[in-house]
Amino acid sequence: MPPPIALKDPHREARIYSARTIAAVLIVTGLLALILVRYYSLQITEYETYRTQSERNRVQLQPLPPKRGLIYDRNGVLLADNRPSHLLSIVVEQVPDLDATLAELQKLLPISEADLESFYKKKARRRPYEAVPLRFRLTEEERARLAVNRYALPGVTVEAQLQRYYTHGELFAHAIGYVGRINEREAFELDSSDYRGTFHIGKIGVERYYEDILHGEVGYQNVETNAHGRVLRVLERFDPRPGADLTLHLDIELQRTAYEALGEQRGAVVALDTATGGVLALVSTPGFDSNLFVNGISSADYSALRDSPDVPLFNRAVQGQYPPGSTVKPMMALAGLKSGLVTPEYTVADPGWYRLPGDSRRYRDWILKIRGTGHAPRVAMEMAIAESCDVYFYDLARRLTIDGMYEYLQPFGLGERSGIDTTNERSGVLPSTRWKRDHMNQPWYPGETLSAGIGQGYMLTTPLQLAVSTAVLATKGRHWSPRLVRSIDGQPLVAPELPPVEASPEHWQAVQEGMHAVVHSARGSARSIAKGLQYEIAGKTGTAQVIGIAQNEIYREENVAERHRNHGLFIAFAPYEAPTIAVAVIVENGGGSSAAYPIARKVIDTWLLNESGTELAAAGESGG
Amino acid sequence: MSDYVRQLPDSASGSGLSRPPSVWQRFHLDLPLLILLLIVTALGLLVLYSASGQDMGAVLRQGRFFLVGYVVMLLAAQIRLQRFQRWGPWFYLFGIGLLIAVDIVGVGAKGAQRWLSLGGFRFQPSEVMKLVVPMTVAWYLAERTLPPRFKYLLACLAIIALPAALILIQPDLGTALLIAASGLFVVFMAGIGWSYIFGALVLAVLSAWPVWVYGLKEYQQQRILTMLNPESDKLGAGWNIIQSKTAIGSGGWDGKGWLKGTQSQLDFLPESHTDFIIAVLGEEFGLRGVIILMGLYLLLLLRGFWIGLQARSSYGRMMAGSLTLTFFVYIFVNMGMVAGLLPVVGVPLPLVSAGGTSVVTLMAGFGLLMAISAEQRTVSH
Repeated sequence: MPPPIALKDPHREARIYSARTIAAVLIVTGLLALILVRYYSLQITEYETYRTQSERNRVQLQPLPPKRGLIYDRNGVLLADNRPSHLLSIVVEQVPDLDATLAELQKLLPISEADLESFYKKKARRRPYEAVPLRFRLTEEERARLAVNRYALPGVTVEAQLQRYYTHGELFAHAIGYVGRINEREAFELDSSDYRGTFHIGKIGVERYYEDILHGEVGYQNVETNAHGRVLRVLERFDPRPGADLTLHLDIELQRTAYEALGEQRGAVVALDTATGGVLALVSTPGFDSNLFVNGISSADYSALRDSPDVPLFNRAVQGQYPPGSTVKPMMALAGLKSGLVTPEYTVADPGWYRLPGDSRRYRDWILKIRGTGHAPRVAMEMAIAESCDVYFYDLARRLTIDGMYEYLQPFGLGERSGIDTTNERSGVLPSTRWKRDHMNQPWYPGETLSAGIGQGYMLTTPLQLAVSTAVLATKGRHWSPRLVRSIDGQPLVAPELPPVEASPEHWQAVQEGMHAVVHSARGSARSIAKGLQYEIAGKTGTAQVIGIAQNEIYREENVAERHRNHGLFIAFAPYEAPTIAVAVIVENGGGSSAAYPIARKVIDTWLLNESGTELAAAGESGG
Repeated sequence: MSDYVRQLPDSASGSGLSRPPSVWQRFHLDLPLLILLLIVTALGLLVLYSASGQDMGAVLRQGRFFLVGYVVMLLAAQIRLQRFQRWGPWFYLFGIGLLIAVDIVGVGAKGAQRWLSLGGFRFQPSEVMKLVVPMTVAWYLAERTLPPRFKYLLACLAIIALPAALILIQPDLGTALLIAASGLFVVFMAGIGWSYIFGALVLAVLSAWPVWVYGLKEYQQQRILTMLNPESDKLGAGWNIIQSKTAIGSGGWDGKGWLKGTQSQLDFLPESHTDFIIAVLGEEFGLRGVIILMGLYLLLLLRGFWIGLQARSSYGRMMAGSLTLTFFVYIFVNMGMVAGLLPVVGVPLPLVSAGGTSVVTLMAGFGLLMAISAEQRTVSH
């Protein structure tokens, strides 16, 4: 069939067009109806869903972090303050190119690897449009530089925030501890809603122990924000409940005295209020500036602290475990009296050494190397304590046996945590046959009992434990679980009392007289501190061996390296007649107790002469 | 049915004979079309004021665009349809030249080269092609018997494909598709067999996979994926769609009230005054407002088809049909994408979205429609 001649047929074309128009109108109407159905389903069927979503978009629940409780010393001196600090944070959603922005920021101010690392971790956990902190504690200059460059840095915000500041960081570093930025593990364990908007948490010490009380309760506000997260107005507000303020038993003057008296030496001082069990001073040297930790310590600073041979981060007062040395002797004496093995008048022959029956080995008294003989032909209790006679206590220990010692010393709190309201307390060791079997799977040897009798060998105590047991001796039996915190928001906190150490008044008297003679007798081992004293001190010196001395060797200070010198210890309470303060001092590698007792005297001076101005004045007059 | 349709032009021209031409007729203005346009543009400015964050400057700027648009429409309406028909191919050649120029020396915007800068005046040649391509196809087919035979069809496809390809490499998929559609609508109105249409649809579906893999750029794939599941990238590409759906849905039936849409006033809605402006309308005026706007659009569309039905020449008919359908595509694609039915392509809501180029092109198209409408009357004189 030949192709039809192309002839225009206007009527046919108009007909075709009309048919196509009808089809087009149908298609157009159908598709518009489809669109309308879609709008109907969004606006009518799913109205509630989208209305809620729009409301949630518009209204944001913002956390209002509570103000952390302040910490004061007993006189009301502010120790832990909250100060405004500026922090740089980033709303990631508003940043067009995060890497470029971070690079730009690094040109303006230092941002450490640690800052970046924690930023990225927090970024992964953030809610949309939540600001992620990048740098804390901006300086004035950094803030100015940021302000100038603000136009080029969308999504970068600088906000003021209250932040912990320790007014006497180094002095109270170990006593109060510090707060630090919440780390990943803590964030995981914490009640996240309670810590929304809070970047810091107590890490150690009182700050950690009382975290719940200091933190307070988070508040919230409903704010209307725009898509950029800018708050337009506050719709509703639930105020945060600020954390409670703590007043400590600690006395800043005592603390400073102890800290300065220890000086460059490594050591610890713990002073207790014998009337309340409150901790008046708790010092461990070397200290460190606790403010360093608030915003994440730089790795250089941290490794310097961590790797220092002086281990400044180690809280010697509660974590340090040292052989008590002769400071255990007053407790041994009381054990002897209570067990009936000795009386105050009972004497022991002292040739300067002691020998176990059926054993040729000689256990030397410390005085032997000085005088070549014992303290006296026969030594009674008062002299044994005053001059720290080893032979007397070797003999007592042998007769008491190690398990007898355990029974009588354990009530003083040795070998157990005191339960003080801070972190990282250690328990020390009060050995017994059972302890040795459990821990070393070995039988107890009789010679070890003699070492234990003079506070050497396995026996370990913390300076805090020594202070607690000194308070027991001072109060004739009252046993406190010591407390750093004196009151919470003005409400007094009472230190719990543990079962008292029972003994007859005569027995207490005998032991205390021995300790009095340590300072106030002609041959007392700490008689040198009695000079110019306006009150009477009872004390006991101690020396703890750092390295084992072979049987025939005699310890000579000048022969051993500084780190191998003996630790010097001293425990004391005062005033003798009506004690108010109990002190324990340890000076690591101090050589002997002479390094420790002047410190105790300075602390007690400060305490007693501070308490009433008249005494201070009287002391000044008589001294002149 | 067809008889009834054919009666209509006769009766209209009959009445035209008996009366002297009105003012509107003398200026070649189609009164119903003009009134509808005025209502829609007024509504558009109202919504724009709210969508721009109550910026009177933006409203005045857009008002100026409308003014230019109406002038262009008025001028276009004065031109005799035969002139359009004759000029079409020359416009086409010129337009192709401009598109090549854009690809070589064009100004970039958001990773695509679409603009030509002519003495400080930025100009988008692809926009003009939305009118020129159907004009050219209609010019080509008007000379031939309808429905067109296969070889003419191929020629039409070539006319369409060349500019579409040039725009695609800018790259601007949305405009390329719109231009291809405007040309294909002419072919559709010319009455090609349904078998071709369905065949082409089947072919399109079958080629979807290879086009996805080899033809689409990653951002284009992303747009389609985002449409299918906006939740997959809540803060990135999905943000726009989630926020626009939230805006529309939270409007409900009554809407939150003019200037009271929280989504748009608080900047949650991106592009609220341009491509996503229907979400502002939906939020502040509710489904009621959407239905009113859609009703106005539908009346505009019906008037366009009506003008086509009354046209004397095949060229006029095909142009009227194509222009009307292209206008519909704008509406459909824009409202569909904002509601999350279609992928996000840069198609404005006609006469409502802020922007100058699209207004001028659209109004020129309506001017052409009026010229078609006027031709019918002038012939009958």
